[in-house]
Amino acid sequence: MYPDPRVAKFITEQFVPVRFHVKDQHDDFQRVGGKYGAQWTPTILIVDADGEEHHRIEGFLPVDDFMSQLMLGTARAAFDRNDYAAAEQLYRRIVEQFPETEAAPEALYWAGVSKYRATNDPSALKATAAAFAERYQSTSWAKKASVWR
Amino acid sequence: MPTTTTEIAWGHDLERALTDAKARRKLVLIDFSAAPM
Repeated sequence: MYPDPRVAKFITEQFVPVRFHVKDQHDDFQRVGGKYGAQWTPTILIVDADGEEHHRIEGFLPVDDFMSQLMLGTARAAFDRNDYAAAEQLYRRIVEQFPETEAAPEALYWAGVSKYRATNDPSALKATAAAFAERYQSTSWAKKASVWR
Repeated sequence: MPTTTTEIAWGHDLERALTDAKARRKLVLIDFSAAPM
Protein backbone atom coordinates (compact mmCIF):
# COMPACT_ATOMS: atom_id res chain seq x y z
CA MET A 1 0.00 0.00 0.00
CA TYR A 2 2.54 2.60 1.16
CA PRO A 3 5.08 2.22 -1.66
CA ASP A 4 2.37 3.28 -4.12
CA PRO A 5 3.11 6.92 -5.03
CA ARG A 6 -0.60 7.90 -4.90
CA VAL A 7 -0.91 6.56 -1.36
CA ALA A 8 2.32 8.20 -0.21
CA LYS A 9 1.32 11.54 -1.77
CA PHE A 10 -2.17 11.47 -0.25
CA ILE A 11 -0.88 10.58 3.21
CA THR A 12 1.85 13.21 3.08
CA GLU A 13 -0.63 15.91 1.99
CA GLN A 14 -3.53 15.03 4.27
CA PHE A 15 -2.06 13.63 7.47
CA VAL A 16 0.64 13.75 10.07
CA PRO A 17 1.73 10.10 9.80
CA VAL A 18 2.89 8.16 12.83
CA ARG A 19 3.79 4.48 12.91
CA PHE A 20 4.17 2.02 15.75
CA HIS A 21 5.85 -1.18 14.70
CA VAL A 22 5.07 -4.24 16.80
CA LYS A 23 8.80 -4.95 17.29
CA ASP A 24 10.69 -1.74 16.58
CA GLN A 25 8.45 0.48 18.75
CA HIS A 26 7.23 -2.31 21.01
CA ASP A 27 6.53 -0.24 24.15
CA ASP A 28 4.67 2.50 22.28
CA PHE A 29 2.88 -0.12 20.18
CA GLN A 30 1.57 -1.63 23.42
CA ARG A 31 0.77 1.71 25.07
CA VAL A 32 -0.90 3.49 22.14
CA GLY A 33 -2.40 0.31 20.73
CA GLY A 34 -3.91 -0.44 24.12
CA LYS A 35 -5.35 3.06 24.36
CA TYR A 36 -7.11 2.68 20.99
CA GLY A 37 -7.89 -1.02 21.24
CA ALA A 38 -5.79 -1.97 18.22
CA GLN A 39 -5.94 -5.76 18.21
CA TRP A 40 -4.42 -6.61 14.85
CA THR A 41 -1.90 -5.45 12.26
CA PRO A 42 -2.18 -3.59 10.12
CA THR A 43 -4.60 -1.31 11.94
CA ILE A 44 -4.77 2.24 10.65
CA LEU A 45 -6.55 4.95 12.60
CA ILE A 46 -7.46 8.43 11.49
CA VAL A 47 -7.66 10.69 14.51
CA ASP A 48 -7.98 14.44 14.96
CA ALA A 49 -5.53 16.70 16.78
CA ASP A 50 -7.31 15.93 20.06
CA GLY A 51 -6.66 12.23 19.53
CA GLU A 52 -10.33 11.50 18.79
CA GLU A 53 -10.75 8.55 16.41
CA HIS A 54 -12.82 9.09 13.23
CA HIS A 55 -12.03 6.06 11.11
CA ARG A 56 -10.40 2.65 11.42
CA ILE A 57 -8.99 0.33 8.76
CA GLU A 58 -8.10 -3.20 9.83
CA GLY A 59 -6.23 -5.58 7.55
CA PHE A 60 -4.45 -5.18 4.24
CA LEU A 61 -6.28 -3.59 1.30
CA PRO A 62 -5.32 -3.09 -2.36
CA VAL A 63 -4.40 0.47 -3.30
CA ASP A 64 -7.76 1.74 -4.60
CA ASP A 65 -9.61 0.28 -1.61
CA PHE A 66 -7.05 1.70 0.79
CA MET A 67 -7.15 5.14 -0.83
CA SER A 68 -10.94 5.20 -0.70
CA GLN A 69 -10.87 4.18 2.97
CA LEU A 70 -8.43 6.97 3.78
CA MET A 71 -10.78 9.38 2.03
CA LEU A 72 -13.72 8.00 4.04
CA GLY A 73 -11.72 8.92 7.11
CA THR A 74 -11.12 12.50 6.02
CA ALA A 75 -14.80 12.84 5.09
CA ARG A 76 -15.95 11.41 8.42
CA ALA A 77 -13.68 13.80 10.31
CA ALA A 78 -15.30 16.72 8.45
CA PHE A 79 -18.76 15.30 9.19
CA ASP A 80 -17.91 14.89 12.89
CA ARG A 81 -16.83 18.52 13.17
CA ASN A 82 -20.18 19.50 11.60
CA ASP A 83 -18.56 20.72 8.38
CA TYR A 84 -21.24 19.06 6.28
CA ALA A 85 -20.51 20.88 3.02
CA ALA A 86 -16.89 19.73 3.09
CA ALA A 87 -17.96 16.23 4.11
CA GLU A 88 -20.39 15.97 1.19
CA GLN A 89 -17.70 17.09 -1.24
CA LEU A 90 -15.24 14.52 0.10
CA TYR A 91 -17.78 11.70 0.05
CA ARG A 92 -18.78 12.50 -3.55
CA ARG A 93 -15.13 12.49 -4.57
CA ILE A 94 -14.86 8.88 -3.36
CA VAL A 95 -17.83 7.83 -5.52
CA GLU A 96 -16.31 9.61 -8.53
CA GLN A 97 -12.73 8.43 -8.12
CA PHE A 98 -13.24 4.92 -6.73
CA PRO A 99 -16.69 3.78 -7.89
CA GLU A 100 -15.79 0.09 -7.79
CA THR A 101 -14.66 0.01 -4.15
CA GLU A 102 -16.70 -0.97 -1.10
CA ALA A 103 -16.23 2.57 0.17
CA ALA A 104 -18.21 4.01 -2.77
CA PRO A 105 -21.76 3.01 -1.69
CA GLU A 106 -20.95 4.00 1.88
CA ALA A 107 -19.74 7.37 0.60
CA LEU A 108 -22.87 7.80 -1.55
CA TYR A 109 -25.03 7.22 1.53
CA TRP A 110 -23.10 9.66 3.71
CA ALA A 111 -22.95 12.28 0.94
CA GLY A 112 -26.73 12.32 1.06
CA VAL A 113 -26.77 12.57 4.84
CA SER A 114 -24.19 15.36 4.72
CA LYS A 115 -26.24 17.33 2.21
CA TYR A 116 -29.34 16.87 4.33
CA ARG A 117 -27.49 18.04 7.44
CA ALA A 118 -26.13 21.07 5.54
CA THR A 119 -29.46 22.09 4.02
CA ASN A 120 -32.13 20.46 6.21
CA ASP A 121 -33.79 19.61 2.90
CA PRO A 122 -35.27 16.06 2.90
CA SER A 123 -35.04 15.96 -0.91
CA ALA A 124 -31.31 15.27 -0.41
CA LEU A 125 -32.22 11.94 1.15
CA LYS A 126 -34.83 11.17 -1.48
CA ALA A 127 -32.31 11.87 -4.23
CA THR A 128 -29.83 9.55 -2.52
CA ALA A 129 -32.39 6.75 -2.41
CA ALA A 130 -33.05 7.35 -6.11
CA ALA A 131 -29.32 7.15 -6.82
CA PHE A 132 -29.21 3.77 -5.09
CA ALA A 133 -31.92 2.55 -7.46
CA GLU A 134 -29.38 3.07 -10.25
CA ARG A 135 -26.26 1.59 -8.65
CA TYR A 136 -25.02 -0.46 -5.71
CA GLN A 137 -28.49 -2.01 -5.33
CA SER A 138 -27.22 -5.12 -3.58
CA THR A 139 -25.31 -3.30 -0.83
CA SER A 140 -26.41 -2.74 2.75
CA TRP A 141 -26.16 1.01 2.08
CA ALA A 142 -28.87 0.75 -0.57
CA LYS A 143 -31.05 -1.04 1.99
CA LYS A 144 -30.40 1.69 4.54
CA ALA A 145 -31.26 4.40 2.00
CA SER A 146 -34.42 2.61 0.85
CA VAL A 147 -36.35 4.11 3.75
CA TRP A 148 -35.88 7.56 2.17
CA ARG A 149 -37.79 6.74 -1.04
CA MET B 1 9.33 12.72 -17.89
CA PRO B 2 10.56 10.96 -14.75
CA THR B 3 8.16 10.55 -11.87
CA THR B 4 9.22 11.42 -8.35
CA THR B 5 8.40 9.13 -5.46
CA THR B 6 7.10 10.61 -2.23
CA GLU B 7 8.49 8.93 0.85
CA ILE B 8 6.25 9.00 3.88
CA ALA B 9 8.04 10.66 6.79
CA TRP B 10 6.72 8.49 9.59
CA GLY B 11 6.97 9.81 13.12
CA HIS B 12 6.97 7.56 16.17
CA ASP B 13 5.72 9.94 18.84
CA LEU B 14 1.94 10.32 19.08
CA GLU B 15 1.97 13.36 21.36
CA ARG B 16 4.30 15.21 19.01
CA ALA B 17 2.14 14.20 16.02
CA LEU B 18 -1.00 15.53 17.72
CA THR B 19 0.70 18.84 18.48
CA ASP B 20 1.94 19.03 14.90
CA ALA B 21 -1.55 18.22 13.58
CA LYS B 22 -3.09 20.99 15.67
CA ALA B 23 -0.59 23.53 14.37
CA ARG B 24 -0.95 22.44 10.73
CA ARG B 25 -4.73 21.80 10.91
CA LYS B 26 -4.30 18.22 9.79
CA LEU B 27 -5.50 14.81 10.85
CA VAL B 28 -3.17 12.18 12.28
CA LEU B 29 -2.81 8.79 10.65
CA ILE B 30 -1.69 6.12 13.11
CA ASP B 31 -0.35 2.90 11.62
CA PHE B 32 0.03 -0.12 13.87
CA SER B 33 2.26 -2.30 11.76
CA ALA B 34 4.10 -5.59 11.70
CA ALA B 35 5.44 -5.11 8.18
CA PRO B 36 9.21 -4.82 7.60
CA MET B 37 10.29 -1.19 7.91
